[in-house]
Amino acid sequence: MNRRDFIKTITAFGISSAAVYGGLNHIGTQAALMEKNSAAQQAKRWGMVIDVSKFQNAEDIKRVAAACHRYHNVPDIDDPAHEIKWIWQEDFEHTFAELESEYLSETIKQLDFPVLCNHCDNPPCVRVCPTQATFKQEDGIVTMDYHRCIGCRFCMAACPFGARSFNFVDPRPFIDEVNPELATRTIGVVEKCNFCAERLAQGLDPVCVEASHGGIIFGDLEDPASPVRKVLNENFFIRRKVELGTGPGIYYVIKGGKAGA
Amino acid sequence: MYNSKKIITGIIIFIFIIIAPFLLNIGKADVLPELSLDTPAIDQMADKHCVEAAEFMRAEHPRLLDDWRDQAVREGNTIYISTSGEEYEMSLENSCIKCHSNREQFCDACHTYTAVQPYCWDCHDAAKGAGTAK
Repeated sequence: MNRRDFIKTITAFGISSAAVYGGLNHIGTQAALMEKNSAAQQAKRWGMVIDVSKFQNAEDIKRVAAACHRYHNVPDIDDPAHEIKWIWQEDFEHTFAELESEYLSETIKQLDFPVLCNHCDNPPCVRVCPTQATFKQEDGIVTMDYHRCIGCRFCMAACPFGARSFNFVDPRPFIDEVNPELATRTIGVVEKCNFCAERLAQGLDPVCVEASHGGIIFGDLEDPASPVRKVLNENFFIRRKVELGTGPGIYYVIKGGKAGA
Repeated sequence: MYNSKKIITGIIIFIFIIIAPFLLNIGKADVLPELSLDTPAIDQMADKHCVEAAEFMRAEHPRLLDDWRDQAVREGNTIYISTSGEEYEMSLENSCIKCHSNREQFCDACHTYTAVQPYCWDCHDAAKGAGTAK
């Protein structure tokens, strides 16, 4: 066999095997359509405004967190080394550490803040994820495909907001009442707030927004007419750790506070 | 050949041990898994059918579920339009298990028979607890 024939044979073999492989790969699959729910809420960039003045009773944040955790089958584990949090309460020092000043009023320092995943514009957790289990949707939601999470916890190290929790133990025994419409997580995966992407797909608002009695405003940050933009237009707001450049999507409005702070 | 008696006896015993599973099962009919479609939701259906044809589902349900997962989680597409034009929500909880609520007589029956251990139940169908096939 001369060189020319050899190359011809090899090429023919390569092409035919690719065809066979492609054929085998598609045996049995049917052409089907998959589309969005026509009722789904859509946005260019989902964001949230939290009116801190509406969260100054101890019960306010607990109520919202409980509603979220109940809906998403988040386990209630007392051990702080194992606990799982999607939305929780934090004090001023831990929420806005960089704003600390010796002359800051005590009323501000004593405020409580509900904190959750900031669904950053430039999420460090997505950048470090080796399996692309964590990814950013087109609408700005940073979410996870738990099937792909290998539990390396790089994302937990990368997230400057501590918004991610790792399932060190099987979460199921710690869920009082399972929401049968959603799955739980399993031992060995990281989990976090997903802005209720599955509810938005059905046209509903996130659970925390519904449970907040108006304390959390949700909407499209890129739409000037959206409720979030209206609130942001009318109030001074702060975001957590803006200097890190992750572009957090949760805006805090202090408003009246306890004593008109 | 030295020690031929011992060696040949040993070889025969070895062969018998190796083929023992086949010898023990000679003549026994293979018990095929029986799938039960007897659940309240299915019983109520006038025209009993899955999202696609039964043969397709039997062969391709893992791939279908993988496609559903990728579409729902990654693309935000939650509605599946079947080849017959019907719309279904792409959700294991809210579509599959609503009908096939008898996991042990349906899912596990074949999975145990074919000795596959999918990890669906580690997270899904939480109300019934984790899988038993492990």
